[in-house]
Amino acid sequence: MHEVLKMVAQRLALGALTLFVVSIVIFGATELLPGDLASAILGQSATPETLAAMRAQLGLNDPAPVRYWAWLTGALQGDFGVSLATRRPIADMIEQRLGNTLFLALYAAALAVPLALVLGVLAALWRNSIFDRVANAGALSAISFPEFFVAYILVLWLAQSGYFPSMVRISPTSSLADKLYMSFLPALTLTLVVTAHMMRMTRAAIINLMASPYIEMARLKGASPLRIVLRHALPNALAPIINVIALNLAYLITGVVVVEVVFVYPGLGQLMVDSVAKRDIAVVQAIALIFASAYVLLNLTADVLSTLTNPRLMKRG
Amino acid sequence: MTDTPLLSIRDLYIEGRAGEAWLPIIKGVDLTLHRGEVLGLIGESGAGKSTLGLAAMGYARDGCRISGGEIIFDGIDLRRASERAKRKLRGQRIAYVAQSAAASFNPAHKLIDQYAEAPLFHDVMTRAQAQSDAVKLYDKMRLPNPAEIGFRYPHQVSGGQLQRAMTAMAMACRPDLIIFDEPTTALDVTTQIEVLAAIRDIVRQFDTSAIYITHDLAVVAQMADRIKILLRGEQVEEADTRTMLAAPREAYTKSLWAVRSFARAQQPAATQAPIVSVQGVTAAYGKTTVLHDISFDIHAGRTVAVVGESGSGKSTTARVITGLLPPAAGEVLLDGKALPPDYRARSRAQLRQCQMIYQMADTALNPKLPLREIIGRPAEMYLGLKGRALRDRVRALLDMIELEPDAYIDRLPGELSGGQKQRIGIARALAADPRLIICDEVTSALDQIVQEGILRLLDKLQGEFRLAYMFITHDLATVRAIADDVVVMQHGAIVEQGTKAQMFAPPHAPYTELLLSSVPEMDPDWLSNLLAARQSPN
Repeated sequence: MHEVLKMVAQRLALGALTLFVVSIVIFGATELLPGDLASAILGQSATPETLAAMRAQLGLNDPAPVRYWAWLTGALQGDFGVSLATRRPIADMIEQRLGNTLFLALYAAALAVPLALVLGVLAALWRNSIFDRVANAGALSAISFPEFFVAYILVLWLAQSGYFPSMVRISPTSSLADKLYMSFLPALTLTLVVTAHMMRMTRAAIINLMASPYIEMARLKGASPLRIVLRHALPNALAPIINVIALNLAYLITGVVVVEVVFVYPGLGQLMVDSVAKRDIAVVQAIALIFASAYVLLNLTADVLSTLTNPRLMKRG
Repeated sequence: MTDTPLLSIRDLYIEGRAGEAWLPIIKGVDLTLHRGEVLGLIGESGAGKSTLGLAAMGYARDGCRISGGEIIFDGIDLRRASERAKRKLRGQRIAYVAQSAAASFNPAHKLIDQYAEAPLFHDVMTRAQAQSDAVKLYDKMRLPNPAEIGFRYPHQVSGGQLQRAMTAMAMACRPDLIIFDEPTTALDVTTQIEVLAAIRDIVRQFDTSAIYITHDLAVVAQMADRIKILLRGEQVEEADTRTMLAAPREAYTKSLWAVRSFARAQQPAATQAPIVSVQGVTAAYGKTTVLHDISFDIHAGRTVAVVGESGSGKSTTARVITGLLPPAAGEVLLDGKALPPDYRARSRAQLRQCQMIYQMADTALNPKLPLREIIGRPAEMYLGLKGRALRDRVRALLDMIELEPDAYIDRLPGELSGGQKQRIGIARALAADPRLIICDEVTSALDQIVQEGILRLLDKLQGEFRLAYMFITHDLATVRAIADDVVVMQHGAIVEQGTKAQMFAPPHAPYTELLLSSVPEMDPDWLSNLLAARQSPN
């Protein structure tokens, strides 16, 4: 166990370093944009005097490293500053949106991960059968269509006929059942989009091992095909599967802008799109940092889990 | 004992897929095995031994199919039996012990769980019964710490121990028949003895029938009651062990027996200064010291055989000489001058002097390059040859290794046999025009007849170019055939060194004695006598 803790600590430190670099990139990128916050806020009404006053008020006359440091220390304490568009604290705006985004991501993952694993295992078990071909073709078609197309098809089939709402109106007070019902269509869209990756990786990772001597040994012990796949191949195939799942979960958190827009889902992605449109750079920075953290954390979790599934890494000597 | 055989195979044909076509692997073989009998199955690799052994379980590997004949196990027709019926037999009444135990144990599960697996799903025992039974069998197989060893993962156990654990696992359901597929081929001689003795005892004790597959005649002589010889999927001859050893009938069998006859002419003692001199080398991987104060010389025109079991530091010594592993202390002299410890600091002329040939020709050759480039690159890099001169050099090298240049120069490694690949490895080393060639177990992956061809070739080249060889091996028969000087290593230190004549004549250092006495001999009583001798106080 000691080894694991040490590894987690190391990975966390590396993750923190990665985030630090990412924060510099985010800050640097917004610095490169033409104009500054003051002119963005004042817009048409900018005069040299008001601009100078606004710059002084926002601290924009400080050198970039100082402003970066102020931004970073604020962000670490959960204070991302104030939205330029709404004048509300960014942290408040993000909090609820982040909750919604995580809810949708978890919802889609809860549907997609078990589905992908079961389909992948069955496809590996019945390799080259009709089932395998249909599952593969289905998953590939789902991933080949643009997300918004899948979304509109679902709206056409399931919303127009009145089974599910096509627009998601949830608030913090909605009950869980309500939330699940309201967000079913976006969750289903995302499930269709991410299942193919995970399913095909599961299938490939298992089939890759089927030629191993220990699989032949299991066959020669008289183990059934299902037992061979589940007990002998799957435990050794977990590392690549876990990594693909982590990447897809990260995508579910950070890459669902289009789906959120189609279903008017109040998530972070939509907030980011809105903020870009309004040149609300402070909000964009904050959300970018949150997305980066999600990636880093999920990949770190994947690394730790793949190590835990491998006795050769866990128990040395 | 009844008269009906336990296993009877009649006129068996097995085919393997090669692209679109099906090529025959087994061509009409008969096999009969009675209860309590051990049949030895001998042949070179590719002879179809494993395929035949697996067919005895009604099993054909992916890409193979049983296309004719019948397989009757205890009255059950395995060719007509359903998959379910065959699964019931496998593991329970017929068990299999694979060549590489390290690869055949599932890395994700503990040994004892893998032991208990077959008894559990065949409903022969409960988990608790299977586990206590496992401990008993581990003890019988003389595994250290039998109560505890099962709770380790495969990577935590040595190769010889894994092989014994696998035999114990095969015994779990007390099968009627076990197929042993080269169970000791991957082991050192000293380990091999323990595994052989343990297998023989347990098979006799439970009166299990067995098919023992191997390419080592001396090993089969210890294990089998009867021997059957296969050549390219056909039976050559079959007889009981003593008859077969004393009076082989067929020419092929006789050639197998005669294969160890090669021995190179005795060389005069070295008079000149050595080419390479290893002086007081100590080396470590991280904090683990793996070489302790190694010193020996290598002379032009002579072969130094470095002998020892795996892990004794033989290959590490080669890595120090070639500069891949800078030593912690000591130095390597080339013509009396110290070489830089790291190969990156050595000049091209220094690097050229010493070339290597590797054990696994399969992985040592780039599969995407034609032979002209594989052999041509060192000639180009070290000797600066270009264009026509380079092509002539490559052709000359192919001639030297006895491969027809026109037929081979544009081939890829994948189109060659194992022995031919190893010849390419030799040509590549020669291409740099070196003075010392380090041969790291170059014949261990080859069959005996092919081995002899390689050894003869190396001997011929040594005579032509006065090459010095450092020959790393664990096979004492090879040492006997080609060495002038011998260095015996154990645990990273030299336990004995001298000329071949000194080494093979008593008195020996205790470890050398153990190594020498562990090499199996053709005498069917050799193992019994040896074990008796080792157990007696003197």
